[in-house]
Amino acid sequence: MNVQAYFARHAQTLVGSLGRIVNQPFAALMTMGVVAVALAVPLFLNLFLTNVRAASGNWNDAFDLSVYIDKKAGPARVQSLAKQLRARGDVAAVRLIGADEAMQEFRADSGFGKALDALSDNPLPDTLVVTPTLTASTPQGTDLLERSIAAMPDVEVVQLDTEWVKRLSAMLDILRRVVLLTAVLLGLGVVLIVGNTIRLDILNRRAEIEVMKLVGATDGFARRPFLYSGIWYGLGGGIMAIILVAAAAAVLARPVDKLAKLYGSSFHLQGLGFATATAVLAGAVGLAWLGSWFAATRHIRGIEPT
Amino acid sequence: MIRFDQVHKRYPNGREALAGVSFNIGQGELAFLTGHSGAGKSSILKLIALIERPTRGQVFVNGKNTSGMRPRAIPQFRRGVGVVFQDHKLLHDRPVADNVALPLVIAGVPRREIDKRVRAALDQVGLLGKEKSRPLELSTGEQQRVGIARAVVAKPALLIADEPTGNLDPELALEIMKLFKRFNEVGVTVVVATHDVHLIEPFGARRIVLGDGRVMNADAGSGSAP
Repeated sequence: MNVQAYFARHAQTLVGSLGRIVNQPFAALMTMGVVAVALAVPLFLNLFLTNVRAASGNWNDAFDLSVYIDKKAGPARVQSLAKQLRARGDVAAVRLIGADEAMQEFRADSGFGKALDALSDNPLPDTLVVTPTLTASTPQGTDLLERSIAAMPDVEVVQLDTEWVKRLSAMLDILRRVVLLTAVLLGLGVVLIVGNTIRLDILNRRAEIEVMKLVGATDGFARRPFLYSGIWYGLGGGIMAIILVAAAAAVLARPVDKLAKLYGSSFHLQGLGFATATAVLAGAVGLAWLGSWFAATRHIRGIEPT
Repeated sequence: MIRFDQVHKRYPNGREALAGVSFNIGQGELAFLTGHSGAGKSSILKLIALIERPTRGQVFVNGKNTSGMRPRAIPQFRRGVGVVFQDHKLLHDRPVADNVALPLVIAGVPRREIDKRVRAALDQVGLLGKEKSRPLELSTGEQQRVGIARAVVAKPALLIADEPTGNLDPELALEIMKLFKRFNEVGVTVVVATHDVHLIEPFGARRIVLGDGRVMNADAGSGSAP
């Protein structure tokens, strides 16, 4: 068989199997629908996870350390401390909030204006707001930074609230594994669903397969149209899954924007990217092909002319 | 071309269809397998087409010992044998042309070549112009001729037919038999199983008479080397 004829034959089988699906749209849509749901669930969970990660990433400034300086240290020692901190490799920026400035801010923001006048002394210390570099902005990196700053002279307290970030990070790790497990289980589901559909297709066309084998068809030849059917089921299911998830994201986009605005965040819901969508289609086709391959290989071997 | 050597065939249900059958059919010969139903005609054809395997003994087709053949080699072997069935075994959801083309498609013959050879085969059986019909739109005799066209389209050296006239009235049956005779005249080895001894009388061809799984007549050959 020459190469051109080979490809022509495959193209013909591909179109032929599509024609068969179009002739029985209801049964095919049912299978594709089940495939779509099985794919959409992990996809949607993953979308949720990606967005939570993106949103928590926006809270990177939570990693800033507030360094409260001993009130006995004079302005010169404060400046030299700031200088020392700026020289560190894991520090991106250091901002000095002088005690007076801090007092003014507090007066303006807190609403205690008059009451504060009653104080003879400014009780607020000078504060250095230290922003770690991006690479040091991990729970471990900031921990290290916190401890080394706390050990410096003139430093009274270093404040860093990373507990919730650590907890969120741990939760996201668990969630990521849950998504992965769900994806694996439902992917297996896709293989089984498509395999079962192909098995029924084969049983329905048993007589035809017998005739083909009688006139010299190999198992591979008899299997081919079923593999293409499987590919169509996967492609159809994948497209439906993407539509489902895109629709869900569209429904959620507005309330999420509203919530983000309430938190003063510019966060936007991320939909499925082109790359993810392509990967979903490829995965769907791959899984469906696998299911049809198993079913077709197993059941076509068992059909012999009598 | 075909040699049966002390062939026994016992089916899983315990029925012994062939009990030591030996015969020889030479290249280019026309042979009729006769005998009442259950005599073993169908079993012999199934052994030739490798649909069944002998329980004991050996079957040679085209000089090849079929008992040593691996399952992977069977499709290629079957492409060299045209088979006609009593119930036609056509694909009813496909037009006549596709049915006839099937062996060529399987063998990977290019499209243009297929169209040409399908028309030639349909012409040989007198069905030119029926390419687009569905099998069920045709009469039983026409359906049988589609089956014959499919069996010969790949130009096999061996053509076997199991009761090809079983469902036909005598006139149509004779026409079908003449068709087989014509293929034989152009060099194809033809083996036809039939219970209808009157139908094959005019052909004067070799007859292998079976009864109870044994060869009953003397002109059946000895089973020695061809």
